[in-house]
Amino acid sequence: MTPKAAIRAEGERLLAGFLAAGALPVEADILQPAGTLLDLYGEDIRARAYVTDDPVRGEMMLRPDFTVPVVQAHMAHGAEPARYAYLGEVFRKQARGSGRASEYLQVGYEVFDRAAPEAADAEVFALFRDLLDGLNLRPVTGDVGILMAAVRGLNTTERRKAALLRHVWRPGRFKALLDRFAGRAPVPAGRVKLLERLAAGSPGALIAEAGAFVGLRSADEIAARAEALVEDAKTPPIRATEAALLYDLLGLEAPAASALAHLRGITPMLPAIAPAVDRFAARLEALVARGIDVAQLAFEASHGRTSLEYYDGFVFSFHADGLPPVASGGRYDALTAVLGAGAFIPAVGGVIRPGLVARLRGLA
Amino acid sequence: MIRIGVPSKGRLMQDCFDWFGARGVAMRRSGADREYSGVIEGVEGVTLVLLSAGEIPRELAAGRIHLGVTGSDLVCEELGTEAAEVVELQRLGFGQADLMIAVPSVWIDVETVDDLDAAAAGFRATHGHRLRIATKYHRLVRDFLQALGVADYQLVDSQGATEGTVKNGTAEAIADITSSGATLRANHLRILSDGLIHSSEAVLWASRVADWSEADQHAFAALAARLQVTGRPF
Repeated sequence: MTPKAAIRAEGERLLAGFLAAGALPVEADILQPAGTLLDLYGEDIRARAYVTDDPVRGEMMLRPDFTVPVVQAHMAHGAEPARYAYLGEVFRKQARGSGRASEYLQVGYEVFDRAAPEAADAEVFALFRDLLDGLNLRPVTGDVGILMAAVRGLNTTERRKAALLRHVWRPGRFKALLDRFAGRAPVPAGRVKLLERLAAGSPGALIAEAGAFVGLRSADEIAARAEALVEDAKTPPIRATEAALLYDLLGLEAPAASALAHLRGITPMLPAIAPAVDRFAARLEALVARGIDVAQLAFEASHGRTSLEYYDGFVFSFHADGLPPVASGGRYDALTAVLGAGAFIPAVGGVIRPGLVARLRGLA
Repeated sequence: MIRIGVPSKGRLMQDCFDWFGARGVAMRRSGADREYSGVIEGVEGVTLVLLSAGEIPRELAAGRIHLGVTGSDLVCEELGTEAAEVVELQRLGFGQADLMIAVPSVWIDVETVDDLDAAAAGFRATHGHRLRIATKYHRLVRDFLQALGVADYQLVDSQGATEGTVKNGTAEAIADITSSGATLRANHLRILSDGLIHSSEAVLWASRVADWSEADQHAFAALAARLQVTGRPF
């Protein structure tokens, strides 16, 4: 067999595993409307996805992942609960000299189920583990939901919490904001200058003085943010003890069972994380019930924050030395609301790269 | 024969001719006034190719010219900042211009990129679409904003009169080359204090992928000695 045929055969084998677990096979178009993906991922996706232009359909992208079309199809006419599986190419531009493939097969499994999210998390993870058995991969897990709960529970303004939540998937920016809100970083020179300017008069007067009004952003919007900035400058920093807990959480890396004990330990000081920690505990129980040793399973609280931005709960990946992640996935409840036009359903899933599996098996 | 591509018209062409002329390499346009052909004198084994400044990065990357003079903004935009196809031989000290982000002067709440990001979040929530930034430098602007973690913006293409897009309602902000602030002010725009994306300058580039025959390498050595340039593309 040619390498490509061997990879496809591996993909078919994995797909058969997903179908045997009760999934319905689904297909997705290779050409996806760019607008949806851009609204979801922002302009950053242009650096990763191949963009092309159709004279009738407008700007299109070569499918960078299956999650978006599969969620859209489910939200449009799916029954509940539902399990889906798919196999096909995805396309990603790669950095010069990275040696990484820009076109490769993905085989995936997605679960849409309201009943027991933690059980669904464990189902997906255990299924991936079983299908990848014998490859000696290192699994890593995480839970973006705990970090988000910690941010929501901070004793600070809603505006600051919203700013942090918006950047959960951009760790550098998140850290910069947290440093500033916690008083660990000085107020940037530009902000000092801005606050001085705003102190010189009412927003309305300053706008009038600034010259001719141009642009769609209205004077009310400008004035509202100016007032919010002045108010924010008076907001005390996040308490040092509270900030320290959040920094600790960002860096938490431990076997899952130990991580749970640690999180239980800090919950009295960050009571807002209690429901998320309970969900974490329930997930570990569900994993144990499926024969997974959570005393060994790696857990990183910041795992999954740098991938494509939509995971908001359980996240996982399987690694081999010197290769991109062989498999990865997670929970993306909020994405279903974004793509569902008001409808919402908890969802979890993941993908395996058959090309990497075939390589590890010595087949390609 | 080494092919050297230089801008075919305007100030950039004249500054380029002056720079080479000052080093004993005479360049001039030949033939009729509107004909794009040129001659180079003072060195052996080199021919002059007059090109649009915007085409020079692509010609270098394809190896169709060995050397080329054009702005660093155009090379970085076309080929990326880590381009392996070209090597920077010499910054030429002319054609300076800065690629900057500018917003309406009436945005009294926006001074930095951080403010722009926050304004973009509010703008999207209010208007239902991402904050539009008009530019022709898509790659440079996107890389800059991505590195700073800016979200909720979109780039809209503008190949000219970019400063007018805000007034015309097709963008909320712009990212454009500006050598003076006069055009921005005339269009009621103001630059962000940390919105400098790229400081551009005319650069003498060499192609690593062009075919450098032994004769070409000798010709290059002579030219490089004349120009007092030390880099090597081969």
